[in-house]
This record gives sequence, structure tokens and C-alpha cells, in this order.
Amino acid sequence: MPEVLVRARGLTKRFGGFTAVDGIDFDLIRGEAFGFLGPNGAGKSSTMRMLGCVSPPTQGDLTILGGDPVRDGAAIRARLGVVPQEDTLDGELSVRENLLVYGRYFGLPRKLISERTAQLLDFVQLTERAGDQVDPLSGGMKRRLTIARSLINDPDILILDEPTTGLDPQARHVVWDRLFRLKQRGVTLILTTHYMDEAEQLCDRLVVMDHGKFVAEGTPRELIAQYSTAEVLELRFVPGLMDDAVQKVKDLSPERMEVTADRLLLYAADGDEFLARVHEAGLAPLTELVRRSTLEDVFLHLTGRTLVD
Amino acid sequence: MSVRAFRCWLVMYRRTWRSSVWSSVFGPLFYLGAMGYGLGSLVDKHVPGSLGGVPYVVFVAPAILGAQAMNSGLNNAMFPVFGGIHWNKIYLAARATMLRPADIYRGHLLFITMRVAMNSACFVLVMAALGLVSSWWAVLLLPAATLLGVAFATPTAAWAVTLETQTPMNYVARFGSVPLMLFSGTFFPVGQLPGWLRPVAYVTPLWHGVALCRGLSLGDTNLSAAAIHVAYLTAMAAIGLWFGARSYRRRLYV
Repeated sequence: MPEVLVRARGLTKRFGGFTAVDGIDFDLIRGEAFGFLGPNGAGKSSTMRMLGCVSPPTQGDLTILGGDPVRDGAAIRARLGVVPQEDTLDGELSVRENLLVYGRYFGLPRKLISERTAQLLDFVQLTERAGDQVDPLSGGMKRRLTIARSLINDPDILILDEPTTGLDPQARHVVWDRLFRLKQRGVTLILTTHYMDEAEQLCDRLVVMDHGKFVAEGTPRELIAQYSTAEVLELRFVPGLMDDAVQKVKDLSPERMEVTADRLLLYAADGDEFLARVHEAGLAPLTELVRRSTLEDVFLHLTGRTLVD
Repeated sequence: MSVRAFRCWLVMYRRTWRSSVWSSVFGPLFYLGAMGYGLGSLVDKHVPGSLGGVPYVVFVAPAILGAQAMNSGLNNAMFPVFGGIHWNKIYLAARATMLRPADIYRGHLLFITMRVAMNSACFVLVMAALGLVSSWWAVLLLPAATLLGVAFATPTAAWAVTLETQTPMNYVARFGSVPLMLFSGTFFPVGQLPGWLRPVAYVTPLWHGVALCRGLSLGDTNLSAAAIHVAYLTAMAAIGLWFGARSYRRRLYV
């Protein structure tokens, strides 16, 4: 019997007349990595704040680690680790002091904090910077420190709100690697992202969120199988010739076609085969690319727009 | 729980205390030198005996103590509180932990109380060293000044946490603490004010604080008057505490 750590039914958050989260249902199972994928403003962060027990739900039922987030907020937070969207490190303090202060908030004894600090700084590769002030650290290092800090109380659930937003590609890969190791160790992760590659790499199961609602859920593979084709053909044409090309491609009756700002996306089981037909029809795209289908395509299909805009 | 939040401020203070000494300790001493001894020599020469027979510097020293306690309460309850949300985000970090908004608020107030008490203690020691206190009642100057500072700090922090921009805090000095300092019987007795303005001075918190400190310092404390001053300042601190628990919860649990 899988152990349910979080259970949400009809969970709703309104700010005045604006509905940020609109009646969502989900269960979080111990040991899984559960992702919320969606564009800015979809309601992901509002959901994470409710899970972090710092934002009372407007409506619906929410049970976290067997408790009620409003009544038992402090006791639940004692067992959560939170990596907020924006770092809340104290830039004037050293790396080690940041962990000390945070550990003291949980009432942990100094000795335990210093043991865990050594392990955690080693884990996020910041051991050499332990005595350094936080402010001059790079964005990637700060993010890793925030992750280390969120683990100081050995949490049952780690909540990450856009863990790699704003990091350069290399720093993102380091963060992903650390999160993946946590997952391997059995830490339960719940995370939001608007990067498809992040969701595909880290999540066992995910939901696509838009306008406060879930528009799809499943494993990354399932979602791609259900809402997309195996391959995608991307074509770009000279700007003036786009409309004409769209018409001609339509005549080839593709399984599905999306026209984005600068390119044409054609969904097919076999991308190369479809590309050959495009050439036969006398079309000469500027660039052509056949690739595997991704969650981006799922999102485009579900909402009619690209994810990062 | 509040103590946990308080300890966090101590860790930070270890890094910043040196720079804070300048404004919080030397500032009031400059006032004491300029007003008490500089201006005071003129006052004593031209209108001797106008202050019940005490030299001007003895008259003004406890009032400067009161004014610095007020300023230290106000300043510590404004920008650091605002910063807890907008700059170093200490509050936002703390709210993700076991601490509740009221713990974060009270913990910060404990630290502010400590700061006001430290600044006031420095000033009281200087007063004593310069022979500006004339009574054993003066041992109560420290708790009195601290109460005064805290009475300003609790409502100010309750308000500062709700701000989205820092501009309103700049008006506090301009329209709040500076006029209070000038017209609450600090540098001259309230009796010198025009008749219609005197009742205004009597209801301001700084007047109560200054009157309390001056009574203790000169040793002419009237117990019932002192009780009223203490009750006034305690009520102000308590009302602030109530509002603060509320405003911190609303600001941190959105």
C-alpha cells in the first residue's frame, strides 16, 4: 500500500476576485518525484505555498503528513524542506552561518547542525566555501546552498519552486544531478517548473497546469504518448512565404500541425518520411529538423501556446 | 519559539554591531555636548534659575536619553522589518520553518528591546560619569528608557511589515520623530509652548517618556505621575503587540 503524504481535493486559492488555483485534486506518494508543469501565472507557486503551510487554502481539503496545514502548520513545516522560487539566504552571513541560523529555527542542537552542515555542504559541493560570505557566490552556488539549507531538518518532503529558473545551463545540470541523487535516496520531491527538460529528467509523475487547473496528468512518457506523436518535424520558411507554405503542407494532411511565431511544427510517427513528402510537394524550407516529441509539444497541444513566453 | 528568532538576530548582529555603534551611541552624545553644554552655557548665563535651579545640561540629559530611546526603537523597527520581507528576506526564510508569524515578530522585538537597552545603558553610564544624575532613582532610567523605545517599536514594526515601498518610512522622521523631539518638553519645558499647543504635547508618548526619565534623573519623581507615564507607555507597547501579531500573520500567511 503506497503511503500518501499529501492529499488535496478541490483545493482552491483565491486572491480577491482572482482564482489562482481552481479546484485541483492530487495525491503525493512517499518516495516519488511529482512535478507541476505550467507557464508563469498557472497557479504553481500558489499551490506550493499552500503545501508549505504559509498560505491557507480558500476552499477544499488539504492534508499534509496527516495534519491540517492551518491548524498544525508549525508541526508540519518541521517535517518539510522548502526551496523557494527566490533565494531567501542571508547574504551578509557565511555559508555555514546560514545553515546554523536555519537549523536553530527548527530547534536542532548545535552539534547536530554542525554534523549535518558538513554532510550537506559536501553533498552540494560547497565545502570549500563554508566560511565565505554568501553575497558574492554565483547564482548556481546560492541555489545549491538553498537546497542544502532545506535539508537541514531531514525533511519528509522537499518542496522546490522552480529550482533552476535563472541558472545557466551548466549550473542547472549540477542542480539536476543533486536532485536526482536525492530522489535515488528515496527523498520525496514535489517541484514546479516551466522547463520541459527538467520535468522529463526529474519527475516520475507530473501534472500540466494552466489557469489554476490541471489540464493533463501522467508520467512524462504517458503524456507524450497520449498528447503527441513519436516525432516532430520543425520547418522554417522565408517570412513572406509562410502562409503559402502552411496551405501547401495542410494539403499533405499531417496528423497534426501547429503554427508558432517563427516555425511550423508537424506531428508524425515518422518525421523523415513526412519530410520527404514535403520536398515532393515542391516546398523548400529554410531549415528542417526531425526530433523526438517532448513535453513542450504536449503543452502546446493542450493549451495552444508555447510554455516559456 | 520567539527565542529562536531572536538568536538569529544575534548571529547577524555579531557582524554588524561595529557600524551601529557610531549612530546609536555617538549621535546622542553629540546632542548632549551641543545642546547640554554648548547651548546650556548660554541658557544658564542669561536666565539662571529658570529650570528649577538645575543647570540646563542636567535638565536636558534625561530628555536626550528619552529621545534616543525613541529613535532607536523606531529605526530598529522600520528598515530591518521592511528588509525582512524585501531585502535580506529573513522573515520569508523563517516562515518556511517551524516559526509562526507571531514568533518571528516577537523574536525580532526581543532583539530590538536588547538594542534599545544597550544604547540607553551607554547613555546612562555617560550621564552618571559626567555627574548629570542627582538621585538614586536614576537606576530606573534604563528600564524607563527601554520601555519608551519598545512602546515606539511594537506599533512601528506592526506597520512597517505591511509596506510595499520604503518611502512611507522616510516620512516618519520628518513628520513624526523630529517634531516629537522638538516639542515634547525635550529641550525646553512644555510650559514655554503657546497655551493651545500644550495639551497636544501632553498626549504625545515622547512627553510621557521624557517626563518619566527627567523625574527619575532629577529625583523629583511624583509617584502617581510616574505611574501614569508607565501605564501610558505600557498600553502603547501592548496595543502595538496586538496589532503586530495580526499584521505579521496577514503579511506572512498570504
